Amino acid sequence: MKASIFITCICDNFYPQVGNAMVNILEKCGVECDFPTEQVCCGQPALNTGYWDDTREVAKTLLRAFKDSEHVVAPSGSCITAIKEYYPIIFEHDPEYLLLARELVSKAYEFTQFMHQVVKITDLGARFPYKVTYHASCHATRLLGVSPYVHQLLSNIKDIELIPLTHAENCCGFGGTFSVKQPEVSEAMVDEKVFHIKETGADVVTAVDMGCLMNIEGRLKKEGSKIRALHITQLLDEGMRL
Amino acid sequence: MNKIHQGKTFRERAREALKDDFMRQAVRKAVDTLETRKEEATDALGNWDQWREQGKRIREHAVENLDYYLSQLAANVRNNGGTVYFAPEAKDARQIILEIIKKHGGKHIVKSKSMVTEEIHLNKALIKEGLDVVETDLAEYILQLADEPPSHIVVPSIHKSRDQIAELFSNVAREKIPNDTPSLTAFSRKVLREKFLQADIGITGCNFAIADTGAISLVTNEGNARLTNSLPKVHIAVMGMERLVPSFADLEVLLTLLPRSATGQKLTSYISITNGPKKPEDLDGPDYFYLVILDNGRSRILADTEFRQSLHCIRCGACFNVCPVYRQVGGHSYGSVYGGPIGSVISAFLTNDMERYGGLAYASTLCAACSTVCAVKIPLHDLLLKLRHRYVTHKYTPAAERTVFKLWRTTFQNPKTYRLAIKMAQKAQSPLVNNGYIIKGPPPLSAWTNSRYFPKAAEKTFREQWQQQHH
Repeated sequence: MKASIFITCICDNFYPQVGNAMVNILEKCGVECDFPTEQVCCGQPALNTGYWDDTREVAKTLLRAFKDSEHVVAPSGSCITAIKEYYPIIFEHDPEYLLLARELVSKAYEFTQFMHQVVKITDLGARFPYKVTYHASCHATRLLGVSPYVHQLLSNIKDIELIPLTHAENCCGFGGTFSVKQPEVSEAMVDEKVFHIKETGADVVTAVDMGCLMNIEGRLKKEGSKIRALHITQLLDEGMRL
Repeated sequence: MNKIHQGKTFRERAREALKDDFMRQAVRKAVDTLETRKEEATDALGNWDQWREQGKRIREHAVENLDYYLSQLAANVRNNGGTVYFAPEAKDARQIILEIIKKHGGKHIVKSKSMVTEEIHLNKALIKEGLDVVETDLAEYILQLADEPPSHIVVPSIHKSRDQIAELFSNVAREKIPNDTPSLTAFSRKVLREKFLQADIGITGCNFAIADTGAISLVTNEGNARLTNSLPKVHIAVMGMERLVPSFADLEVLLTLLPRSATGQKLTSYISITNGPKKPEDLDGPDYFYLVILDNGRSRILADTEFRQSLHCIRCGACFNVCPVYRQVGGHSYGSVYGGPIGSVISAFLTNDMERYGGLAYASTLCAACSTVCAVKIPLHDLLLKLRHRYVTHKYTPAAERTVFKLWRTTFQNPKTYRLAIKMAQKAQSPLVNNGYIIKGPPPLSAWTNSRYFPKAAEKTFREQWQQQHH
């Protein structure tokens, strides 16, 4: 089985370790990974701010990059959602790229979705003897429906103590450019999120999107908290080494 | 327009709202309660999603065939002895209502349950004419005393405390009213009962009009609507032109969805369905019935295939209750009569002021909680995104922002320029980095770093690491 890694720009530049963790897991599961180097960004920052003309030009680069891939896997629910929900809309009037967009829609997966639907392995034999709480990222949860996949992956880990997070499905306040356009409201939102995370007494907060975790971690660090923010791939990869 | 509505951006109003700890706590507590109750009420029903689907189909059918059902409704209201007016704009509706009142020599007006009269700023117009107008819904009465607009479409005074209410009531009573619930309700009951008995005109909204019978339905928990529409000799109902259903069978579905979504109730305490003025054999009811059907921008929405489905809204307010932005800043921050996610979608159309209200599209993180909860499955987050696109297309976003995205596009559409830009950013960040994080960034990064650390760019990107390992 072959999969092309779609790294996403946040992971490429700020969290390459997430990409490495994802590749480790996939390879251990027998997936042959490649990395089309022509890929850049899915265009979400511009898409979600309403700049669709600018989005299209960047999205075309991504479409060309994954033209020949069998499967495309990303450590992000929101980038995959941008492709699946909105590429067919923004390329509505461009038959050539609409075709490529439809192809990508049918072969693109968020990591936990890929593990469940394609690799079909949900017990990675990992062990993680820590208290963990899970923030349910909005797009992955509501638009991709990954909650059961995440739950399976986490509950198959040995020695893990999963602590439910109050209002786990409430947005953390990142929302891409929202965090810069409405910084005060965004702060109030991440403040409430971090309050509930601390309330759990967990050692680790995990999620399937680095956008949310960058926001949450940034607030935790500012408050001097020792709670680690780990992408689910990092948590699993670390657990597979213990 | 109330002072809260004027001149400021969402961000400015939100910033002020965030300082109001009491309001924020009250809103969060109330929406949590509403949401818990809603989940219990919908779970108990069992197949909630199918009910939503059916509700969606009913609303879609009514909106798609609005001209047919509106004329059917109007004909049936007339057959029942009522009078129908179509008001193209808010000012027309105000004028029509004033003329009806004058014709009947009305002086004392009681009102019940109407966001649409908030939309047309009716009270102010009536008071200016020297008329005595009183809101009879407890929450609306409180807001009338406070001279504030509603901050939620179902629980309009969600942001007020008992102390604040006691103070408002004490001002009216000219004596101290204690802040406990029995004292507050007893006081309002006493005041409002006198108003009901004195009133010659009753004005209500309309939850749904039923086209094939010409009836008007109203759901309330206080029974004030049935007093408003039956005690005074004249009843004027004001409805948004989309607020109708073809038949009673459709009403049943929507009345299953509405109270459960709104307050987690299986039914409200009262459902009033009235069929025009009193008939000779009737014991009570008004002598005259008028129905004012308001357009005020709804045709604009109807004509717009992309946004038409926002007319499906049944005003349950569930999208407010789950919205993480509303949760933090309350309803007044939106600066529109209709706040929350649905208000952010429709305000620009209703006011025909895209420049001022289109920006509300950004009062959301697009988390989609609103779409997930919507009683009739309006994809609100999609509509908010499409509204942003339209706002950008009209060039209402700041010039600097447009330039940033042009630059972003030039850089990010080409892998080579992207890699070069990343290299430059890695170098540029080094004076700012402290222990692996940017703790205090220059603007615009400061918008982030004022409340959070920002991660430093990796020494080697994933792409670089991959190429080193695989070549």
